[in-house]
Amino acid sequence: MSDYPIERIRSDFPALQQRVGEHPLTYLDNAATSLKPRSVIDSVRHHYEEDSANIHRGVHTLSERATREFESVRDRMQAFIHAAHREEIIFTSGTTAGINLVANAYADRHLSEGDEIIISHMEHHSNIVPWQMLRDGKGCVLKVVPITDEGELDMDAYADMLGPRTKLVSMVHVSNSLGTVNPISQIIEMAHAHGAHVLVDAAQAVPFTSVDVQALNCDFLVCSGHKLFGPTGVGVLYGKRDLLEDMPPFLGGGDMILSVTFEKTTYNRLPHKFEAGTPHIAGVIGLGPAIDYVTQLGLDKIEAYEDELLEYANAVLSDIPGVRQFGTSAKKAPILSFLIDDIHPHDIGSVLDTYGIAIRAGHHCTQPVMQRFGIPATARASFSIYNTREDADRLGAAIREVKALLS
Amino acid sequence: MTMTDELYQQVILDHNRTPRNCRTIEAPTHSAEGLNPLCGDAYTVFLVMDEDKVIRDVAFEGHGCAISKASASLMTEALMGKTEAEAQALFKAFHEMVLGKGHENSCLLGKLSVLSGVWKYPARVKCAALSWHALKSALDGEAVACTEDKM
Repeated sequence: MSDYPIERIRSDFPALQQRVGEHPLTYLDNAATSLKPRSVIDSVRHHYEEDSANIHRGVHTLSERATREFESVRDRMQAFIHAAHREEIIFTSGTTAGINLVANAYADRHLSEGDEIIISHMEHHSNIVPWQMLRDGKGCVLKVVPITDEGELDMDAYADMLGPRTKLVSMVHVSNSLGTVNPISQIIEMAHAHGAHVLVDAAQAVPFTSVDVQALNCDFLVCSGHKLFGPTGVGVLYGKRDLLEDMPPFLGGGDMILSVTFEKTTYNRLPHKFEAGTPHIAGVIGLGPAIDYVTQLGLDKIEAYEDELLEYANAVLSDIPGVRQFGTSAKKAPILSFLIDDIHPHDIGSVLDTYGIAIRAGHHCTQPVMQRFGIPATARASFSIYNTREDADRLGAAIREVKALLS
Repeated sequence: MTMTDELYQQVILDHNRTPRNCRTIEAPTHSAEGLNPLCGDAYTVFLVMDEDKVIRDVAFEGHGCAISKASASLMTEALMGKTEAEAQALFKAFHEMVLGKGHENSCLLGKLSVLSGVWKYPARVKCAALSWHALKSALDGEAVACTEDKM
């Protein structure tokens, strides 16, 4: 891709300028967390150096500046995911917190004994455990859509599971361990046809593909800032306004109230009703330039670049005897889960690290996926906007070294 | 020495490829499972101890990385013929070694000292210690050892 400014992008990320031991860093753990561009780091530093103040209640200059910056990120996030209203953007501590908020403030109120929640076999633990907790508390039924050998959702099985008792479908858009891009639009449409609401886990989707909550017509969508080149500890819950307005608060405390007496508390309006306590102000502020960075680069361009990179990395890995990939769907994000012969992924990760290559080894918080493929863990290389074909080549060369050492 | 040289010494590579005493003992006097919930690695350690508290047979079974497998294999070799008290002392010495603390018992370790560099790689300490925690639980009459509780 000749018009993709890879050199400029790489120079925007300070972490990429370092060496690990004697090798330049090859960062392929983007599905765990992304690196941060200088603009994000600068904005966090600027906040603490110049505008360090609490928000929404200060009358002084610093507080006003911090509040303005904080709230501007809500607008940028609204535009980024194409939400209809700014108050539909709720800041959370991350994807996990967003799912738990929906489980506690929405599902707990609207689901009764015998009602059904549908998830899939490729969910992250954070989109399994909150629903199990709800099931165990309320006597709901948790149904799991199986996946195929390629790591795709079994859409026929999903169609069969939907029924009059289906109240909520909570599904991942892009799988963190398999890379599969699910047909989320179709999943939502099918759920709505049965009167069920849909929560989309978009943690891996937002840095890779354009997400339009109005076009998708999803009811809730959750994502994290840190996988989108922003700070850790900050995320977003999107919800349709009428649903959010109807929900009780999740956490009680400061900022989420209009007035408090010992007899009665009046809750604040959206979005503040769901943002009790002092939020991660610097984190939200740092998310702003992260959104700007991705927007300026353009998600269409990013997706096309990463598609090419995936194709190239696939070819590199397929060329090495004994490498088995898990998740071979036709439509994938650049996430490659693999095993080499019978070498344990931790050993793969340790040896790759000596070549300056950062990957993830383990079950990736998706143990049911591992069980589905009958393996305890995988090695996972996940690419992002700043990775190159040379990174894939380095990975390939190092995998051959792993084989030589441990096979 | 690079990390690869230090972690993956020939002895470790050898015990990973051909682990010793990797089998089930049908009627052990002691056994326990060691679990590492972070990576899903799991080993069961079996012991046969006679009336004089001497280990007459020891074996392990399960799955895990090269470090944990080699460590388990080396452990069974070291334990064969030892008394219970000696096994407890060996556990203590090994545990101190992989945590990088204290060397007063290191003379007990012999061949096990190939794992002495592990303490520099915190992510791998639990791998080396997994079967040893299972051993400790077996000796103490517990069924399961979990690395998250132990370290």
